[in-house]
Amino acid sequence: MKNVALAARPAGFDLLALRRQFPVLARMVRGKPLAYLDNGASAQRPAAVIDAVDDYERHHHANVHRGVHTLSQEATSLYESARDRLVEFINARSRHEVVFVRGTTEAINLVAQSYARPLLKPGDEILITHLEHHANIVPWQMACEQTGATLCVAPIDSHGEVHVDAVVALMSPRTRLLACTHVSNALGTVLPIRRLIAAAQARGIATLIDGAQAVPHMQVDVQELGCDFYAFSGHKMFGPTGVGILYGREQLLERMPPWQGGGEMILSVTFAKTTYNGLPNKFEAGTPNISGGIGLGAAVGFLRGLDRDAAHAHEAALLERATAALSSIPGLRIVGTAGDKASLISFVVAGVHPHDLGTILDEDGIAIRAGHHCAMPVMDYFKIPATARASFAFYNTVEEIDRLAAGVERARKLFA
Amino acid sequence: MELNELYRDVILDHNRRPRNFGVLEPADASVEGSNPLCGDHLTVRLKLDDDTISDIRFDGQGCAISTASASLMTEAVKGGTRAEALRLFARVHQLLTDDAATGADELGKLAALSGVRAYPARVKCASLCWHTLAAALRATDAKDMPAVSTE
Repeated sequence: MKNVALAARPAGFDLLALRRQFPVLARMVRGKPLAYLDNGASAQRPAAVIDAVDDYERHHHANVHRGVHTLSQEATSLYESARDRLVEFINARSRHEVVFVRGTTEAINLVAQSYARPLLKPGDEILITHLEHHANIVPWQMACEQTGATLCVAPIDSHGEVHVDAVVALMSPRTRLLACTHVSNALGTVLPIRRLIAAAQARGIATLIDGAQAVPHMQVDVQELGCDFYAFSGHKMFGPTGVGILYGREQLLERMPPWQGGGEMILSVTFAKTTYNGLPNKFEAGTPNISGGIGLGAAVGFLRGLDRDAAHAHEAALLERATAALSSIPGLRIVGTAGDKASLISFVVAGVHPHDLGTILDEDGIAIRAGHHCAMPVMDYFKIPATARASFAFYNTVEEIDRLAAGVERARKLFA
Repeated sequence: MELNELYRDVILDHNRRPRNFGVLEPADASVEGSNPLCGDHLTVRLKLDDDTISDIRFDGQGCAISTASASLMTEAVKGGTRAEALRLFARVHQLLTDDAATGADELGKLAALSGVRAYPARVKCASLCWHTLAAALRATDAKDMPAVSTE
């Protein structure tokens, strides 16, 4: 299937036209055309997002939900329209289920503190997997410390895969929540989350999915998935930094207490009694990241205008090409060889530290990530301190993959 | 800046064959240093004969810059006094961070680290071993063995 995708790119997927929508892709780095292969850390923005933010800042900025004047109404309208776009984008049931947050990290912390913490009793269990990003580990460790609950970790195998039966084996009558990633940021593994969610549901266990690495690569339908919470970040899906979304099932969000107090999240305040605002504002204390929200709405507009099947096929072709090209380099080992992977490839090269590789590739204008990818338990599992990671988006090209492979080969020879 | 300014032959050689690499036992001081974001991790162990660093070894893992810097450091400070080692640290730090640094010639092989200056993200790689050494020298005074991080 992937070979077909490479050979016959679907009509309507004009890669050069697509790249032209991302201004930064035209720049030079150290005298070479930029090859941006660090999309897993943060993706670039299309002009549609930059222009939406620019238009807001130049013409419409005021505080939202507060003023009766024209600008405040325009800002509120733009911001809330962005929420509507997100509701539709992930197929939430209503605006009540889509909470603006700073990003995936804040979304998970919100659920840990507002959903899990009041619920957890000593001896209760939170279940995660060995593949999680620190943002889906530490908030649960904190909630466990606060409540006396236990954090249980489902194992991975040497391919970096999570097996449904291994997770199910750890589900007990005390398991209160399964928190797992949709796509591993360190290895690219796509987890079998439909089956995991179904298994959790069958046992009355709530589910939170970390979708930060999934939303940029695939269409996500929260009702079809059936999860209770789904978290993702704006900047990994071609939107601004500092904004993201927590989707939560309305019945659960309704029961959860606010986690931050302040303006916006209240209906009335006296010194005796405060009445909280309804959903989603109950979880949105303080003036929000208005331009970020508007930019995120524009990113959704951009993605909806994209042929995502074609984009996915192109990404799969890039991954296949990169896997083949890198595998042929002596001493190079790909870390994470799951059957189902997003377009991301983590690797180590014998005798070449990932940071040296990162510096050498940068000299060729190639941006990759080197490090532990905020997933130190994954590195520990493979007994390595760090990997080099090339993560692709639909705007990357086969030529960029070939430059990556040539750069890695150059580094290998330098250190041989 | 050309890559061969950063990865000079001296650096590549000391990365491939680090000098004074391994565990020194018994040691008068042993301090661990790490760059958590990089995953660089090393331990510096040394023996003092009065005020002289009579032996020094390091082990751990890190990038070429970090490994070569530690290797060069152990060669440079072995047999010298504590005060000389700390003075050298100050000069190396200047070499790594200050474009106007002069007198690189007097630093001998350590001058090979000057290429790091053009790569600000890598300065902490080169300086980790030195911060760890300084902590080890302080520890021989205070008898505490702190852990060091350059992040």
